[in-house]
Amino acid sequence: MPVVIKVENLSKQYRLGEVSTGTLVHDLNRWWHKIRGKEDPYLKISEVNDRTVKGKSEYVWALKDVNFEVEQGEVLGIIGRNGAGKSTLLKILSQVTSPTTGIVKIKGRIASLLEVGTGFHPELTGRENIFLNGAILGMTKAEIKRKFDEIVAFSGVERYIDTPVKRYSSGMYVRLAFAVAAHLEPEILVVDEVLAVGDAEFQKKCLGKMKDVSGEGRTVLFVSHNMAVIRLLCKKALYLKNGLLEYADFTDKVVEKYLRDNHWANLENIVSDIPENLSLYFTGEAKFKKCYLVNEKNELTNQLQFKERFSVILELDVYQDLYDIISSVFIINQYGEKITMSVSDERFKPMSLKKGKNIIKIHFKDIHLMPGSYSLGFIVAFFKTGNCIDYIESFYPFTVLKESIDKNFEYPWETIHGYFIPETEWEFTNTKY
Amino acid sequence: MPEENWSLIIGSRSKWYQMDLKSIWKYRDLIMLMVRRDFVSVYKQTILGPLWFFIQPVFSTLIFTVIFGNIAKISTDGIPSILFYLGGLTLWNYFSDCLNKTSNTFVQNAGIFGKVYFPRLVVPLSVLISNLYKLGVQFLLFLSVWFYFILIKRNVSPNWSYFYLFPILIILMAGLGLGFGLVISSLTTKYRDLTFLLGFGVQLMMYASPIVYPVSMVPEQYRIYILANPVSPVIETFKFIFLGNGYFSWTALGYSFCFMAILLVSGMLVFHKVEKSFMDTV
Repeated sequence: MPVVIKVENLSKQYRLGEVSTGTLVHDLNRWWHKIRGKEDPYLKISEVNDRTVKGKSEYVWALKDVNFEVEQGEVLGIIGRNGAGKSTLLKILSQVTSPTTGIVKIKGRIASLLEVGTGFHPELTGRENIFLNGAILGMTKAEIKRKFDEIVAFSGVERYIDTPVKRYSSGMYVRLAFAVAAHLEPEILVVDEVLAVGDAEFQKKCLGKMKDVSGEGRTVLFVSHNMAVIRLLCKKALYLKNGLLEYADFTDKVVEKYLRDNHWANLENIVSDIPENLSLYFTGEAKFKKCYLVNEKNELTNQLQFKERFSVILELDVYQDLYDIISSVFIINQYGEKITMSVSDERFKPMSLKKGKNIIKIHFKDIHLMPGSYSLGFIVAFFKTGNCIDYIESFYPFTVLKESIDKNFEYPWETIHGYFIPETEWEFTNTKY
Repeated sequence: MPEENWSLIIGSRSKWYQMDLKSIWKYRDLIMLMVRRDFVSVYKQTILGPLWFFIQPVFSTLIFTVIFGNIAKISTDGIPSILFYLGGLTLWNYFSDCLNKTSNTFVQNAGIFGKVYFPRLVVPLSVLISNLYKLGVQFLLFLSVWFYFILIKRNVSPNWSYFYLFPILIILMAGLGLGFGLVISSLTTKYRDLTFLLGFGVQLMMYASPIVYPVSMVPEQYRIYILANPVSPVIETFKFIFLGNGYFSWTALGYSFCFMAILLVSGMLVFHKVEKSFMDTV
């Protein structure tokens, strides 16, 4: 397949902060270098673009020396964390802004969809907006006329087509907007996360349309944070990190690397030390000091993959020998409900603890939490009286991702049904009528 | 691999000769749809609709008649003062509307420009055309007053043989408005300072044009300054054609034309330079 997009040493520099007299000084200095035939002095002092680290320079590289090629008919996914340069790349490709250095070569008509409904005017009717938006996206009036019925049918808002779009619900608005965009017929299509709109039924329709587009031999560049969609649509993917092209390969490999990276990137936010004042009850005989969550590979984490096994490790300081006590760990969902608990003895028998530092490991073997946000609670109490010795509620927030440990499958729906998924076996028997 | 023929090359900067005027023609449908949008969106939910176009010049003319005609008693060269002011204002309004609306092209359309590429000149061009509607309505107003004075009062004698110049006057005003607008919109993307001067500047320019006074009233030694304003010859020619009384010379009109051509070309050049990177600074 011939190469239709060739990106060579593409870089884009941005200046942070506000436009002020300071920028004027820089502009004049830049101009003075330019008329003497010298290089732009501010290109040198730029830094790699990491939004979490406070840098010294006002100039950053939103993209730095990016190189890649796209073949005709390929659907290329672009992934990366917020601020990694994905949108900048799409903006350059769609000619909205120009690169600082480097070059992009394109073969064929290119259309970009960085937003749905660009140029929609609230006072105009749906019909008028279809024409206006279509023309903005590069269609001619005749072309739009030809596809008009198809667009309206796809959008599913026939009834409102002669009503000003300001009267539309936001969902209808987006449906109409996407319907116009979906009927563009460029050779290369650049799409930015526009699928994250509309209801489930409409999203399905959009995905179907995207698949059709790639089926027709057209080239698509697609940015998304939704790994499921990326996996579904794209054969190859790019992973951008702080403006650099980190990894480019087949989608599965890239997504895997991205997830692994991303997971470690969050580790800096993990707090394991339990603050003094977090105890709801504290009598002084023992105190929880630390809490960790580790995944199957025994790595410290606050992100679990779907169906991944995990363990909770607690550090408990015991100040005197304790007898006849019981301890338990709760899993608390995002609404503050305790959705399940695990007790120190399976048969609810009391136990004893020795004075000193105690490390308790709780291995959760067969509970598969639904994707979502959770936190942990733990308690140590006297068995008979039920009096708490130390009780911590809602500590160590963690998430369960939709992506499963088995990389070929993931939790497929928006809505989460229930709290966890049991290990079951389905038996089907069929009787002929 | 052999030398490939790429259909589009995106680089860091483009030369002036890469200005893509052909693609504007490809987007002509968009221009007309934008004109329609401007027209429809302004008058939706109004009862009088385009009739509002009348109100503004009527009021301006009345105010001018009272203040400059009756209070300051500025001469109108024997022309009925209502006709004199209305005549001056008709084309002037077109010019100032074009200038005002094209001068914030980038800032106003940053939302669209940031998301989709199409030749940016499409927007100011659509402004010129949608303002033609307003000009048309205001010109009709002028014509009806004009006919009243020609047919009933019989005290106005137009220069009928010069009527063919009228479309050229409109083109001149459109070109001048667009030229100034392009330059200003390009200069204000990064530093907005100039926008503060714009409203003031347009007003100043109106008084530097022979709208509320005839050129003949200007002392000989200052006349050259008034005529250095490229708008002045256009307005004077308009008055010369329709009111039979005004300063007309081919040199002055030629000067306006050259001014417009140079302004337009340089306006398009700076506009072209800015459109590639303005999203980063707007």
